[in-house]
Amino acid sequence: MRLGLVIDMDTCVGCHACAVACKQWNTSGTTGALTDYRPYGEDPSGVWFNRVRHYEVGDYPNNKTVNIPMSCMHCQHADCVNVCPTGASYKRPEDGIVLVDQDKCMGCNYCAWACPYGARELDREDGVMKKCTLCVDRIYDEALPPEERQPACVITCPAHARFFGDFDDDNSEVSRLVRERGGVKQMPELGYKPVNTYLPPRITRPIPIDDVRANRLVSSVKDWVNKMVAR
Amino acid sequence: MHPAFSVILFTVISGAGYGLFILLAAFHLAGIGPAMSHGELLAHGVASLGLITLGLVFSTGHLANKKNAWRSFMRFKTSWLSREAVFAVLFYPFAGIYGLGVLLQGAAIGPLPAMAGLIAAVLAVITLFSTGMIYGCLKTIRQWNTALTPANYIMLGIATGTTLFAAIATVFGNATAMHAGVAMVALVSAAVLKAIYYFWISRVNGPTINTATTFNRATVRLLDTGHTAGTFLTDEFGYDPRKDTIDNVKMGVFLLGFVAPVLVFASILSGAPAGIAWLAAVSSLIGIGMERWLFFAEAKHVVRLYHGAQTCTNSLAEPARGRTSVAPVTDPTDARRWELGDTPGGSGS
Repeated sequence: MRLGLVIDMDTCVGCHACAVACKQWNTSGTTGALTDYRPYGEDPSGVWFNRVRHYEVGDYPNNKTVNIPMSCMHCQHADCVNVCPTGASYKRPEDGIVLVDQDKCMGCNYCAWACPYGARELDREDGVMKKCTLCVDRIYDEALPPEERQPACVITCPAHARFFGDFDDDNSEVSRLVRERGGVKQMPELGYKPVNTYLPPRITRPIPIDDVRANRLVSSVKDWVNKMVAR
Repeated sequence: MHPAFSVILFTVISGAGYGLFILLAAFHLAGIGPAMSHGELLAHGVASLGLITLGLVFSTGHLANKKNAWRSFMRFKTSWLSREAVFAVLFYPFAGIYGLGVLLQGAAIGPLPAMAGLIAAVLAVITLFSTGMIYGCLKTIRQWNTALTPANYIMLGIATGTTLFAAIATVFGNATAMHAGVAMVALVSAAVLKAIYYFWISRVNGPTINTATTFNRATVRLLDTGHTAGTFLTDEFGYDPRKDTIDNVKMGVFLLGFVAPVLVFASILSGAPAGIAWLAAVSSLIGIGMERWLFFAEAKHVVRLYHGAQTCTNSLAEPARGRTSVAPVTDPTDARRWELGDTPGGSGS
């Protein structure tokens, strides 16, 4: 098994619900707490397993806002595991999930240096490295109904932009999506072979903009006045 | 990369200690240079073991969970950090047998302690190599991912070791032209190697914001990092000293680390009192300390791409992509903007 996520950059609206749901579930999960620093201070910070970043792709008028949620990619070639001197970082052979044994970690940050995706964050309170567990304490929980045995980020996504499944199974939903939508990987040139795959925005018909505002006398005068009046 | 003070102290001090031990073994066991007295041999040995031990103690300083430090010996098979720890500790029994031989038998030691001393010297080189490979093996930091990294660690350790070796020899009135000559050769070799490294990292390429975000055929600009304050990632990887600070420190590396010590040894050779070799030792240690700071300060981790950097190169003349009106996004010198996650593209620029 090769478990991981498919994230659709076409439908993601960048609402951060996945990041918040992740924080909520995992702060009381197996590698919790996800410590907050100065939560009510001027510059609140803390440990997150999932962060959403926003980019502008292309040049106006052919530009687009793309939201990219990022968590651990559960790489097939996980250098974070190879460089760990203590054996605290490990990749489970049965499903490929990369985890940190909190009892063995000495907090040297070396795995975070080896990770190109910024998936690992040191908890300064506990002194150990923490990262996305792919909700390992949820996806195998037989006390939950089968449809809820998915990572918290996937269940909560209101845009249905996140999918969880087995990439080794050619008939799984994630494999099908990657096949049909041309899934892409981040920084493939580094050779980490990330499992998490991103679906590029769909190619759509350009929205005409030249008729939005007809070039009439009134609008020309307005434009000139707006230019002249200092605001 | 954020330069951890404890790591700078560790690599400089224990590097000099390993270098000193390599010099001691070369002069004593391989018979280079003048014969050394019992006291001088012990002084070199105690100084090198003291520096190595002090450095290793400092190395635990940056650990967030020190009680698990002993576990760092566990992953010898895959981790260079683990290998460094194992070789650093393996060095002690061999150096100890050699030291015991010198203590009991004086300069004319038997074959067993001599063999142990040679093995310890080889382990010292391997430990320096492993220290360099800790950084050299990281594909995420293009400036470190080169064979020059371990080569520099070995040569800088030996160069600082030679200056200390020559300085300690003056205490016993045993400093010769050989000491000064070896030191000058080591310092010049280390300086050339370091200059090649600086030349190389000013030209490297690597992942860009395009490969990081998967949009390889379009301009990509950061709109928002998604957090209002700094994070672990911005603290650890967002270190961005000013260009002129980097240039000044680089000047200091060459002046204090290499030029001043070479001049000191040159003046000793032309008749100055041998005691000024201590000036060369102190100067080279300070210079290599600055080199170690620069080694971290100039390393650009690829995570920076997700926070708006267009490339992870050191060249400030980055190829301008797209509109020039939002130039601040591509400006890697604007550390404050980067750290605070300001949103130049979205704030009506």
